[in-house]
Amino acid sequence: MKHLLSAADLDRDAAVSVLDVAEQMAATQQREIKKLPTLRGRTVVNLFYEDSTRTRISFEAAAKRLSADVINFSAKGSSVSKGESLKDTALTLEAMGADAVVVRHPVSGAPHRLAHAGWIRGAVINAGDGTHEHPTQALLDAFTLRRRLVGDGQGDSSLGSSLGQDLKGKRVAIVGDVLHSRVARSNVLLLHTLGAEIVLVAPPTLLPVGIGSWPCSTSYDLDDVVGGGHGDLDAVMMLRVQQERMNAAYFPSVREYSRRYGLDAKRVAALPDHALVMHPGPMNRGLEISAEAADSARSTIVEQVANGVAVRMATLYLLLSGESA
Amino acid sequence: MSSAQRATDPPGTHSPSPVGSPAQPAADARSVLEAAEISRALSRIAHEVLERNKGAGGLILLGIPTRGVQLARRLARRLAEIEGTQVPVGALDVTMHRDDLRRQPIRTIGATDVPDGGIDDKVVVLVDDVLYSGRTIRAALDALSDLGRPRAVRLAVLVDRGHRELPIRADHVGKNLPTSQLERVRVHLSEVDGDDSVWIEGGS
Repeated sequence: MKHLLSAADLDRDAAVSVLDVAEQMAATQQREIKKLPTLRGRTVVNLFYEDSTRTRISFEAAAKRLSADVINFSAKGSSVSKGESLKDTALTLEAMGADAVVVRHPVSGAPHRLAHAGWIRGAVINAGDGTHEHPTQALLDAFTLRRRLVGDGQGDSSLGSSLGQDLKGKRVAIVGDVLHSRVARSNVLLLHTLGAEIVLVAPPTLLPVGIGSWPCSTSYDLDDVVGGGHGDLDAVMMLRVQQERMNAAYFPSVREYSRRYGLDAKRVAALPDHALVMHPGPMNRGLEISAEAADSARSTIVEQVANGVAVRMATLYLLLSGESA
Repeated sequence: MSSAQRATDPPGTHSPSPVGSPAQPAADARSVLEAAEISRALSRIAHEVLERNKGAGGLILLGIPTRGVQLARRLARRLAEIEGTQVPVGALDVTMHRDDLRRQPIRTIGATDVPDGGIDDKVVVLVDDVLYSGRTIRAALDALSDLGRPRAVRLAVLVDRGHRELPIRADHVGKNLPTSQLERVRVHLSEVDGDDSVWIEGGS
């Protein structure tokens, strides 16, 4: 694997091996000294054309914990605001000797272009492109699901009873703004690869065209799904309503959306006892998820962030070590 | 990767390899240690460790994956038989501290499992199957320093095949095996490979 552009780049064995490496990386993060010398002398560039808190900090922490040098680039305050093209920025990064470029871009396909246009030699990691994909988010969600639901479910065992396992037979509902969500697309692809069943729940206006070809089922009724209408759920993943990408009215009102598709305490109570509540963040509290649901004991939202560092360490390790790198 | 993969490493890259399927020895392989000899060597190493340490107090055995971990467990059982005390056993994966990550295919990362109580002020005995260039042990020493500050670190290996590239030597050696760098040394342990044996192959 040279780049990580799409969750579809990973077959089952590759995905499981990323999760296994992440498990070992997570174990090192329990130590007093968290830094490892593994990527000493390599340079990782965070190329962010869109705002981000979690993903950028997470990649930065992951690269630094592996002793790589990190260069942070955000479009705001750079020559991009003077009109520099992606190509010229890429050539600049290449001249500076970037071994890996972590790219977030508002345009779907920008990371693919960066990886295959011959502008740079380093590995390209897609950290979210438009409404297309966000593969490391899907990996950290799969990692969180596997830690909590597979093996002994303790999630912090250094012996890793879930090592080598996939998510076969687990049922996950992904709820909300699927249309604008790169997280949903990557998760559907990856969780399906890992053997999980996925139900997408959204108003018809927020499901993309061609959803029938995705390897999942769909529903318009959240109450039916949390109540077991598609079988007992093991996790509910709430998606952020991406108002910044909405240039039309996709639902009549915020209150109606919240009432029909928001996860509140009542819907959480209708879930099976072991089911997890997930959200990739940032949350719109009170819109797609209520404070009670977000702060409940079964919410893994903060854990997902911590797991993000381990998964990104694994991704950087797998892309940057080895003789082909 | 199997033990065969390790054996084909170029000089200076001897390393722990992840669990692989037991491979059959090549046609030109010759056996140098049988199960009974491996067992006797481990018993002697156990006695040496105790003698050097004046008992089992403060000892920790850390095996280097994959086969070092199995050897460390066997050593711990022998120490328990001799002294009657249970010596803590763990695993120390050194992959992320290696100096040859960019020269090799991507390595699977093994588990590091430090016994409760840590390694601070303990006498750590590193256990590995084959000592070759010494680079694995160099990585292990670096990995140890990230985990704590042991009072002393010792090294026990089943086979020392020579050709050191670093100033490192073993405190306890099961068998010194003069080899050519063209030869490959294979260690089979019953927990991983189904039988106990050490083979040399190639070199001609």
